[in-house]
Amino acid sequence: MTLAERCRPDFAILNRRVNGKPLVYLDSAASSQKPRQVIEAVRRYYETTHANVHRSIHTLGEEATALLESVRDRVRQFIGAAQREEIVFTRGTTDAINLVAQAIGRTVKAGDEVIVTEMEHHSNLIPWQMLCRDRGAVLKAVPVIGEGFLDLEAFTRLLSRRTRVVAVAHVSNVLGTINPVREIAERAHAAGALVLVDGAQAVPNLPVNVQSLGADFYAFSGHKMLGPTGGGVLYGRRAVLDSLEPAWGGGEMIKEVWIDHAQWNDLPWRFEPGTPPIAPIVGLGAAVEYLSAIGMEAVAAHERALCRLTLELLAKNGDTTIYGPRNPEIKGAVVAFNVRGLHPHDVAHLLDQEGIAVRAGHHCAMPLMRRLGVVGTVRASFSVHTTPAEIEHLARSLSNLDLMI
Amino acid sequence: MLYSSVISERFRHPRFFGDLADADAVFEDVNPLCGDRVRIQLKLANGSVADARFKGDSCAICMASADLLVEIARGRAIGEVLALAPDDLLTRLEAKIRPSRITCVTLPLQVLKGALTAVGAAR
Repeated sequence: MTLAERCRPDFAILNRRVNGKPLVYLDSAASSQKPRQVIEAVRRYYETTHANVHRSIHTLGEEATALLESVRDRVRQFIGAAQREEIVFTRGTTDAINLVAQAIGRTVKAGDEVIVTEMEHHSNLIPWQMLCRDRGAVLKAVPVIGEGFLDLEAFTRLLSRRTRVVAVAHVSNVLGTINPVREIAERAHAAGALVLVDGAQAVPNLPVNVQSLGADFYAFSGHKMLGPTGGGVLYGRRAVLDSLEPAWGGGEMIKEVWIDHAQWNDLPWRFEPGTPPIAPIVGLGAAVEYLSAIGMEAVAAHERALCRLTLELLAKNGDTTIYGPRNPEIKGAVVAFNVRGLHPHDVAHLLDQEGIAVRAGHHCAMPLMRRLGVVGTVRASFSVHTTPAEIEHLARSLSNLDLMI
Repeated sequence: MLYSSVISERFRHPRFFGDLADADAVFEDVNPLCGDRVRIQLKLANGSVADARFKGDSCAICMASADLLVEIARGRAIGEVLALAPDDLLTRLEAKIRPSRITCVTLPLQVLKGALTAVGAAR
């Protein structure tokens, strides 16, 4: 039995029909579907355990706190962090990156520099744009070259003693490129800069170890990795988190408060003001358990095979242009493409008639679209439940598209 | 047929795609949904739209909508053009447009009105 065959019964939504056809969900990179184990964990939590965490001196409060904190330990292990204090719960990747930009922002001075890349999702670009605008800092971008790789020589030239932060995607949400984060981090650290990695497209699909990557910050979302929306994680290296003031204030992030000052709480709670997204984090814990039971090496191998098949089948279609690396060994679980003469939104609309859900548009990566010289692309992305038959259905539907419009 | 024969025909063979020499008004805007860009050029004479052309790298619905809109606007009094509503386009496109794509229909209308506003013709 293949991995997908084993997993499919866990995803009730796959029984749905769309436009009279069985749903073929190839949009997991935008948001993954949820296995029943995740849905049940959230339901069980609400039906048996829900209370506010950390403060309630009653049984439910203690149980909810224990549950939330157990997810912290599970996540720590899942991404290879050294300490539980390094795992900060957020509402998602965007929230996590804004948290870091906000916290580091307080220490950025006019003339300091931040380096991003041309392939960043807007969520790893706009917070830095805002920071640079507010502090009079300079934003620079590493160019994308060739099939969709970062120009590391240009990156090295951009680095200087003024560089405060290097913000880079682990896996591009459009090209699928797996960036050499470790090498980037080494060079950035040598220049005295901190490194934030947007792991939204990596953690759901690849084994990730934040320590071997050398990231100072690593952000990802629950909802792209089989978990609920509204919960995510910021990993922050202990020494770096210790050096930062909180991003935002509120309850929970303090130890003692006076009218005119306060003493901050310990890590990680110092960065978690207000009631955390408890249920989404509980669901994230179940998702981590689900993925861990499969094993991320197995998940990655499964998705690499799907990626290889997609690249092969699309390459046979003379009307299709593929973006990003052609080698599935160095690519995440996404394939972006266009069909000659058709706008990506028309392609997505047409595929929807066949029950196929793909993403189309600029993928929140407008600078990259400009770099590729396109208004947008179609993107197929894969998850544990995706089958080769679904990819074949996609390829078949694409070759009949022109007849439909 | 996914959309309608009107959309299909105008997408494949737009009648008013291109540039105008000596345009009196030029305006372009972007659909935030998809980043599509539409540009409309106008020649104005005697309080009317004497001629118009559009350009843009956009989807079939948007392309057809722009082509149809330019056809409707040509030769009409500016006041009439400013009074055009999305329904005027939707009816003639003969297609059910789902809510997520309605901006593909309305973007050209927004651009045309923007062009008239830019030259002060809307006052």
